[in-house]
Amino acid sequence: MTQSNRLDGGLIDRSETWSFRFDGKWMKGHKGDTLASALLANDVRLMGRSFKYHRPRGPLTAGSEEPNAIVELREGARKEPNTRATTAELFDGLRANSQNRWPSLAFDAMAINDRLSQFFAAGFYYKTFMWPAAFWEKVYEPIIRKAAGLGTLSHKPDPDTYDKGFLHCDVLIIGSGPAGLAAALTAGRSGAQVIIADEDFLLGGRLNAESFALGDDPAHVWAAQTVAELQTMPNVRVMPRTTIIGAFDHGIYGAVERVSDHLATPEDGKPRQILWRIYSKRAILAAGATERPIAFEMNDRPGIMLASAMRSYANRWAVTPSHQVAVFTNNDDGHRTAADLLAKGVTVAAVVDTRSDAPKTSDYETIAGATVTNTQGRLGLTAVEVTLASGTTRTLAVGGLGVSGGWNPNVHMTCHQRGRPTWNADIAAFVPGGALPTGLSVAGAANGDLSTHGALMGGMHTAQSVLNDIGLASDALTLPPAEDAPVNVTPFWHVAGAKRAWLDQQNDVTAKDVVLAHKENFTSVEHLKRYTTLGMATDQGKTSNMAGLAIMAEVAGKQIPDVGTTMFRPPYTPTAIGAFAGRSRDKDFRPVRKTPSHVYAEEQGAVFVEVGMWLRAQWFPQPGETHWRESVDREVAQTRKSVGICDVTTLGKIDVQGADAAEFLNKIYCNPFAKVPVGKVRYGLMLREDGIAMDDGTAARMAEDHFVVTTTTANAVGVYRHMEFVRQCLFPDMDVQLISTTEAWAQFSVAGPNARKLLQKVVDPEHDISNEGFPYMACGDITVGGGLRARLFRISFSGELAYEIAVPTRYGDALVRKMMAAGEEFGATMYGTEALGVMRIEKGHAAGNELNGTTTALNLGMARMVSKKKDSIGSTLSERAGLNQDDALKLVGFKPVDSKNPVPAGSHLMTKGDPVDAAHDQGYVTSACYSPELGHHIGIGYLKAGDTRLGETVRLVSPLTGVDHDVQVVSAHFVDPEGDRVRA
Amino acid sequence: MRYSGFKVIKEALTGHRGWGPAWRDVDPQPAYDYVIIGGGGHGLATAYYLASVYKQSRIAVLEKGWIGGGNVGRNTTIIRSNYLLDGNEPFYEFSLKLWEGLEQDLNYNAMVSQRGILNLIHTDAQRDAFIRRGNAMILNGADADLLTTAQIKKRYPFLNTENARFPIKGGLAQHRGGTVRHDAVAWGYARAADQRGVDIIQNCEVTGFTIENGTCTGVETTRGAIKAKKVAACVAGSSSRLMEKAGMRLPIESHVLQAFVSEGLKPLLPGVITFGAGHFYCSQSDKGGLVFGGDIDGYNSYAQRGNLPVVEDVCEGGMAIFPMLGRARLLRMWGGIMDMSMDGSPIIDKTHIDGLYFNGGWCYGGFKATPASGYVYAHLLANDTPHETATAYRFDRFAKGLMIDEKGQGNQPNLH
Amino acid sequence: MIINHPLLGPRDSAEFTYMGDARLINRPDWQADDAVAQFTDYGYLRDNPAGAHRELWFHEGGDRSWLVVTRDTTTHEITNVELARDVARAEGRSK
Repeated sequence: MTQSNRLDGGLIDRSETWSFRFDGKWMKGHKGDTLASALLANDVRLMGRSFKYHRPRGPLTAGSEEPNAIVELREGARKEPNTRATTAELFDGLRANSQNRWPSLAFDAMAINDRLSQFFAAGFYYKTFMWPAAFWEKVYEPIIRKAAGLGTLSHKPDPDTYDKGFLHCDVLIIGSGPAGLAAALTAGRSGAQVIIADEDFLLGGRLNAESFALGDDPAHVWAAQTVAELQTMPNVRVMPRTTIIGAFDHGIYGAVERVSDHLATPEDGKPRQILWRIYSKRAILAAGATERPIAFEMNDRPGIMLASAMRSYANRWAVTPSHQVAVFTNNDDGHRTAADLLAKGVTVAAVVDTRSDAPKTSDYETIAGATVTNTQGRLGLTAVEVTLASGTTRTLAVGGLGVSGGWNPNVHMTCHQRGRPTWNADIAAFVPGGALPTGLSVAGAANGDLSTHGALMGGMHTAQSVLNDIGLASDALTLPPAEDAPVNVTPFWHVAGAKRAWLDQQNDVTAKDVVLAHKENFTSVEHLKRYTTLGMATDQGKTSNMAGLAIMAEVAGKQIPDVGTTMFRPPYTPTAIGAFAGRSRDKDFRPVRKTPSHVYAEEQGAVFVEVGMWLRAQWFPQPGETHWRESVDREVAQTRKSVGICDVTTLGKIDVQGADAAEFLNKIYCNPFAKVPVGKVRYGLMLREDGIAMDDGTAARMAEDHFVVTTTTANAVGVYRHMEFVRQCLFPDMDVQLISTTEAWAQFSVAGPNARKLLQKVVDPEHDISNEGFPYMACGDITVGGGLRARLFRISFSGELAYEIAVPTRYGDALVRKMMAAGEEFGATMYGTEALGVMRIEKGHAAGNELNGTTTALNLGMARMVSKKKDSIGSTLSERAGLNQDDALKLVGFKPVDSKNPVPAGSHLMTKGDPVDAAHDQGYVTSACYSPELGHHIGIGYLKAGDTRLGETVRLVSPLTGVDHDVQVVSAHFVDPEGDRVRA
Repeated sequence: MRYSGFKVIKEALTGHRGWGPAWRDVDPQPAYDYVIIGGGGHGLATAYYLASVYKQSRIAVLEKGWIGGGNVGRNTTIIRSNYLLDGNEPFYEFSLKLWEGLEQDLNYNAMVSQRGILNLIHTDAQRDAFIRRGNAMILNGADADLLTTAQIKKRYPFLNTENARFPIKGGLAQHRGGTVRHDAVAWGYARAADQRGVDIIQNCEVTGFTIENGTCTGVETTRGAIKAKKVAACVAGSSSRLMEKAGMRLPIESHVLQAFVSEGLKPLLPGVITFGAGHFYCSQSDKGGLVFGGDIDGYNSYAQRGNLPVVEDVCEGGMAIFPMLGRARLLRMWGGIMDMSMDGSPIIDKTHIDGLYFNGGWCYGGFKATPASGYVYAHLLANDTPHETATAYRFDRFAKGLMIDEKGQGNQPNLH
Repeated sequence: MIINHPLLGPRDSAEFTYMGDARLINRPDWQADDAVAQFTDYGYLRDNPAGAHRELWFHEGGDRSWLVVTRDTTTHEITNVELARDVARAEGRSK
């Protein structure tokens, strides 16, 4: 197909001719085209279907405010639904398909909705689909869901990458039209650090879309020269294809740079897009203005577009929707479109101007005081019906109609922090007002200065003022003379009497819907929006909200500013979710923390498990083991029989030093610590201030003024934060310092009857670690392997004779290998988190499942640990009655009555004979395992008054998993309740 | 005016000329039996149930802006009753049952859609906790279903199970959970309350309470003083600001929660799904937009807007489970003010001032509670005793140590 | 948001962890006759103002200082940042 609608001139590169495919048909375009301009060049006006009525639609605009021409760009995993053809840059081989139609764009069966549109007025669904009651979910909703929606996601992982970055500047300039360029030039020459960003791939804004000159050159030449100068300045960062999406707190702006969207696929190693957080001292919004349409009967046919868009297509892209066009306007600007298209050789049938005093010219016919009252053309405009001032009608046979209802400043960013725009009657539009985001100024058309001269001067002066604010001197620019036409606009929102006049073209909201909303008392602007869906489409109402407000004002008998405006919210244009996620996806969703023995464990074939950010060895399968239980049972049995080693580095470690270290721990732990002797470890229970158990662990007194505190893996960060709070905010004069050393020390548990024998081969011989020299709960600085500093703690989580040994992290790998070699004669085994868990359950030690943030010392059976002789965090509020009821939950053990049965965690407990319901709930199982030591399953958990019910048989139920059998209440200490082994 | 198939067809064929206001715009009367402060979902539901179930009259709802403008109009539309604790679960299950009959009750289609909610499980400990929760739900008469990863994959074939940082090890489903068209809840209750004679008064801000000898006898408003036998506060995120006018400090902080919607897409997600190894939840509206959210920003705020770090965190969670989401676009983000309580559970109680009642502390879970909150608050107002499903929601539970702390985070609201 | 750390200068708020009302510094006397009541108020009741709010932030991804930040909860504007330890001392807290 030839480019039959391609005109002369334009800012496209005709030396590059590219092929592209739309709905299966291959066509040609040029470098510099958008998909929309290339389609128009090929005489394709029909590009999409509307959301509700599936009406045929073509581009209304030439920019990011586009409601209609949205397509599925690319294919396969790179498919991007809802992509604006008006901003999608053409590339060679581009493929796009229309969406929201079946079976084809030209014949869409869902267009039946259009025939039934009288049923689908605003809010229709709230009033119907209720009968019969069951039909909503089964019948109506699935049909509605299928018909609704726009494009389709690929269902395949996004193959591209996204980056994130941070930028800092003195002045951020948003938009590169005349105001933005003048501001950037002023700021750039002053030496300030400047960022200028524009969503377009060609900087210059409307300067690229207009035919007038700046000084002696066409406007686009001045723009290109200015951009070229900015690009030479080392202090200026010029960012095309970059949308500032939102104004956030304290001068931080979000920006998305589309690095690769103009290419078939991203270049090797390049991201598709980058999300920038821009930290600015000041920002200048120079985002221009958006033209608004006039609503009239059947104003949505392909070929009807904003007059400024028609001009952009002709001047920048050298295309026209048709060779016969007309213009419908209420202001002088519409006449520019007629003049420009005429100059390009397009036939202008007439300019229909609502104003009776419309300017006249000999170049084309002006029909003053007239309106467009109907249009024709099923899949594209063929004619418009004009009603003259006299009341008679005329038909103009045109395939394109440019519509201009005046211009709305792009105030969005000024409202991102809840500023409200104010009404400017001179231009019949809202302009920035109220509280702007701190540090933000507005220049040019965005500020209501709609002439080019006004924009240039506004940009320069705003920049000078902003630079002055931050202490930078600047010189005035010599700016070229530019058009300075006054805004002659007579507000005209919709043609009275129109039956179907679209406001929000994508969501199919018509003027009538606004009237109906008013009738039903949805008169506040937010109600209007929510009830009719006006402005809720992907274009966010950029071309429709204003007319909706105006019509509501009219029917409510109010002034427009009294109706108000809806909030503008980020992002400025819809933004790929991938850009916000960046590299944090798949395996890189969160960082991985590896233990010092990770490589060794990998060599041993360990299976790893996620524990927070950590990867820990879960078990170490040996040849021949086919089920995880075999491995775990072996690890437990071997540890309890001889010796096992487990990496416990992930436990939090906090160094506490200073003269008041002991007194400080007295505050932190509910049990006393002041009198812990040097060289001894004490178990400690930490409460939150509300009296609930926060964490448990040990504190080892390495010296009079030095403790090493351990926390659970899960709470390492929170406990450290809490301790710093207590230190800095509650007891600021205590002589105590804290530092987290979790990553500084590799720590291993060495457990089992042969633990000492193994360690004696590793610990340097001058250190006495005999049972007498280093008894249970001893701790001390030692050396290993001939002088390497290490710490040894005789503590046990497994219930066996056990030690924890720590060396500087970089020696962790060497230590584990050395210990396993030393343990070979004992058959030493590595054990993972599963065996660790089994042994602690057998021993009845509480862990994360028991310390679940709702349990008290009393629940844990540790009420007596809460010292009343001292002040400690949480001690006072732990006294509240509700936490000390007679039937409070107590931690106990459970064993199955029928030893074949499991005791699954998460099961609830019922008194025998009671109904099985919430009212009779007696508690729940927190942790469970198969006990290799006992040869059956066991569990621990909380039971009401459990400590008084040992020996009772209770009913264990898990209706969720179909479990219901009896268990016996026993002590939670299944193994070695007297603790002989740990002291052996 | 009753909505019926006949009426809808008749109006369609006659140009929709016969519809009247969904609720009347009225000026405040000098005195009422009940003044409900707050024209959000909970306030309007309270008025409706006071009039319809408890047969009370002379009821006004005062709204400082436009009805439904608070959290009922800015949430992620999810309904569920998958709570763990006995203080909560019966209440939320009561609410879910009310949702199930809402449309017929109100004669308004709020599009209650029981498409199911699924909480993904990523660790063994999480599975233990979810089994305990699922059992608690069933023991309280709700439904729960433990799903395997394979079962989940059938419904969500594009879920990232192959290359995930935190593997998916199953999920806890509540098939009766789902979504509701949020704005329509406010409008439906408003219309139904209005039909029962409730005065809904918009643009009427309460500026003070009239308190005489320890008894509240009315309110001062921007539209004049209004006497009332009982005054019921129901203003969610603005609770502290309002109750401060009665000299009260509350166990509540106001925080911003952001929510997000994507561009419209053809049907993709059959139900509500939540990621368990980060904070992300998502469903798809009938219009096709993915409605999603995550953590609160975490600092006190009345600004109804948040910041980028949480936006990024939420989208990371989305990409973690649905790696195709990269090419969907975020259309709009917004913020609501959450009345975060000290244990994550609400308060529905009399205050120490006679005649003054309080409903608040909903954290970010108030929407699903709307029907039950209105019902039990109406019960309290009419009878001066708590409804049987709301006996735990008392002010004094903190003094007594009877917190209802689902997440076990203690008295730090931003962690709930 | 940007928090102007008294020792380190402006830092992104993402480096910090938030706790809440700076009155949490004013921990009651555990030996008071009505200690439980005092601790209940301290632990559970908040002013929660719409406007200037003094609040605690922890520089978790930084120097581990607790800060008292005065921030407007309606605009997020920060008007003052102090070291919490200094505030605590000024309010008479010691050991």
